[in-house]
Amino acid sequence: MPLVNNPTSVPVTVDEKKCIADKGCRVCVDVCPLDVLRINDLTNKAYMKYDECWYCMPCEADCPTDAVTVNIPYLLR
Amino acid sequence: MDEINEGLSEVECDILVIGGGTAGPMAAYKARKKNPDAKVILLEKANVKRSGAISMGMDGLNNAVIPGHSTPEQYTKEITIANDGICDQAAVYKYAQNCYSIIEELDKFGIRFQKDENGEFDVKKVHHIGTYVLPMPNGDTVKKALYRQLRRARVLISNRFMATRLLTGKTGRIAGAISVNTRTGEFLVIKAKAVIMCTGAAGRLGLPTSGYLFGTYENPTNSGEGYTMAYHAGAKLANLECFQINPLIKDYNGPACAYVAGPLGGYTANANNERFIECDYWSGQMMQEFHNELVSGKGPVFLKLNHLHKDTADHIEEILHTVERPSRGLFHEGRNTKYSDKMIEMHISEIGFCSGHSASGVFVDDNALTTIPGLYAAGDMASVPHNYMLGAFTNGAIAGEHAVDYINDLDFDDFDQEEIVREKERVLAPTKREDGIPPNQIEFKIRRLVNDYLQPPKVTKKYELCQDRLAEIREDMEQNMVVRDSHELMRATETSSILDCADMAAFASLYRKESRWGLYHNRIDYPERDDDNWKCHVLLSKKDGNMVCEKRDIQPYIIPIAEEEKDMYDKQRVAVEA
Ligand SMILES: Cc1cc2nc3c(=O)[nH]c(=O)nc-3n(C[C@H](O)[C@H](O)[C@H](O)COP(=O)(O)OP(=O)(O)OC[C@H]3O[C@@H](n4cnc5c(N)ncnc54)[C@H](O)[C@@H]3O)c2cc1C
Ligand code: SF4
Ligand code: SF4
Repeated sequence: MPLVNNPTSVPVTVDEKKCIADKGCRVCVDVCPLDVLRINDLTNKAYMKYDECWYCMPCEADCPTDAVTVNIPYLLR
Repeated sequence: MDEINEGLSEVECDILVIGGGTAGPMAAYKARKKNPDAKVILLEKANVKRSGAISMGMDGLNNAVIPGHSTPEQYTKEITIANDGICDQAAVYKYAQNCYSIIEELDKFGIRFQKDENGEFDVKKVHHIGTYVLPMPNGDTVKKALYRQLRRARVLISNRFMATRLLTGKTGRIAGAISVNTRTGEFLVIKAKAVIMCTGAAGRLGLPTSGYLFGTYENPTNSGEGYTMAYHAGAKLANLECFQINPLIKDYNGPACAYVAGPLGGYTANANNERFIECDYWSGQMMQEFHNELVSGKGPVFLKLNHLHKDTADHIEEILHTVERPSRGLFHEGRNTKYSDKMIEMHISEIGFCSGHSASGVFVDDNALTTIPGLYAAGDMASVPHNYMLGAFTNGAIAGEHAVDYINDLDFDDFDQEEIVREKERVLAPTKREDGIPPNQIEFKIRRLVNDYLQPPKVTKKYELCQDRLAEIREDMEQNMVVRDSHELMRATETSSILDCADMAAFASLYRKESRWGLYHNRIDYPERDDDNWKCHVLLSKKDGNMVCEKRDIQPYIIPIAEEEKDMYDKQRVAVEA
């Protein structure tokens, strides 16, 4: 049985203008307990790769440039 | 990142601590303090800086036994009663005697606790009998403060390694653990003379009513490996049928009321604005009344603060929205709910295992030792009832210090190398398939069935049906689960823990043929509490590959409970005025 990808609106967004992952920052990726953030290979900016979020906020609180915004996942909102 | 690399390496240490949330850091720190020569590894699935239940901080200590406010004897009595008598008091009493020194130590770490105008700890009454709740105005600093101490004590930290199985040695002692890197799929085998498990609750057992797999009460990183690793290693697990079920803000699924709002005048109310429970301290009996109200036609149930002075309501809101679950404010903003003007809808959480809030855990004695020599457990996953955050710290400390003595003059126990080969094969099996069912679908189905069939009130026939369905899912999981990267591999391995926990929840519940702990073990077919036959622990374990249960006597009480005291937690409903 083949797999398909279902679209899902992710709760965490990153302001690419503020994110300094291209300068080596990995803070949000490092701290997330669910390990759902990654750096995009093309843009060199952080993004949410997996929709598995506890809306707990270390990513937002620890980002040095305030680039991360945590929203409540749509199903709970 | 996330490609699967099948490497394997091996390291050795004296003491391995698994889980770097609350109990784990304290265990590792205390072990190093007591013996600075001991090699201590702290293994963590996430990152110790921000992992576990207290990742962002905590609003307060729920169970602080502070001289002048309460006594260890009184606390031990209260927890025995709250847990319907099923309590080996030695561990609770030891906790109660030691927790004050841990508070002092945490205070020195820079985690400040609320003091009154005289400089005394400002303890609040929330429980039925005693006064134990101590607010933490800068509770958001807990993790940072702990991390500093871990660095100072030079604990070796291995982040992003998920333990999957324990290794037991040829003489029956613990010999180490097998773990897998969640970002590379590489295996790390850690040989150890003692292992302290601190992997938290089994928080991903039931499905939140929102349907969002990760919208759980517990930090969803805690998917129950501690319980399953102990089980497969042959350790005994206690009273798993005493589920954790909490009263929460509906949909948001975070804690609402009792410990923060209660002392300031907030309470749980029904749709008619009426208070219906006497005591908002979370217990199975309280949850039973909550459930009764929900189904009575007077529900739903609310957190009520809108009768308070606006400043008080705003103050509570401020605490609740900043420390422990700081996204709560965002949630209410989205719903347009202000605590000062509207009651906040609450609901019953999904089920889980947890002794931090309830009493379901790996069976331990008053040294935090499990039934396997050299294997310890502390925090939410160990069987000391209602032990919350301060219990995790205190019992973690007890485990760390005891383990240092235990390993003295001890060598590594030899284990069968085949165990590693078998475990590697088990974990990697989903990576060897071209297609099949992804772990998220299998997990969803297990947890949906847990809600359908295992959520109390418990009905025998439904439990039996659930066992059949879970067996079918096990076949799917073992034959057809497929993963594409190391992140999914972590989820797949978690799925197998969740399924094991669901099996254990069903099996232990069917064994105890009575009702006890209010809603936690409300069995429709055996509605009465039966002290003659069931005032005992139920221990679950694996024998010859099969799940079995046995009764275990409760240790004679150290603090006697008088006949008229023993049912105090049963009288939760507010008396109707004539
Ligand atoms: C939302 C919430 C609010 C709470 N509020 C309060 C409060 O106000 N006051 C209070 O006293 N108590 C409170 N509690 C309870 C208290 O936080 C817990 O009892 C306590 O923190 C549990 O500590 P622990 O070490 O057992 O688990 P945790 O702190 O959760 O740590 C478990 C750790 O194990 C790691 N782990 C899990 N599986 C593996 C694996 N396979 N391999 C490696 N590592 C693994 C996890 O990543 C995590 O870091 C609250 C709990 C929650 C969830
Ligand atoms: S922490 Fe902030 S700056 Fe750093 S990678 Fe993440 S989003 Fe970018
Ligand atoms: S809110 Fe928590 S779980 Fe979600 S991305 Fe941020 S750190 Fe990770």
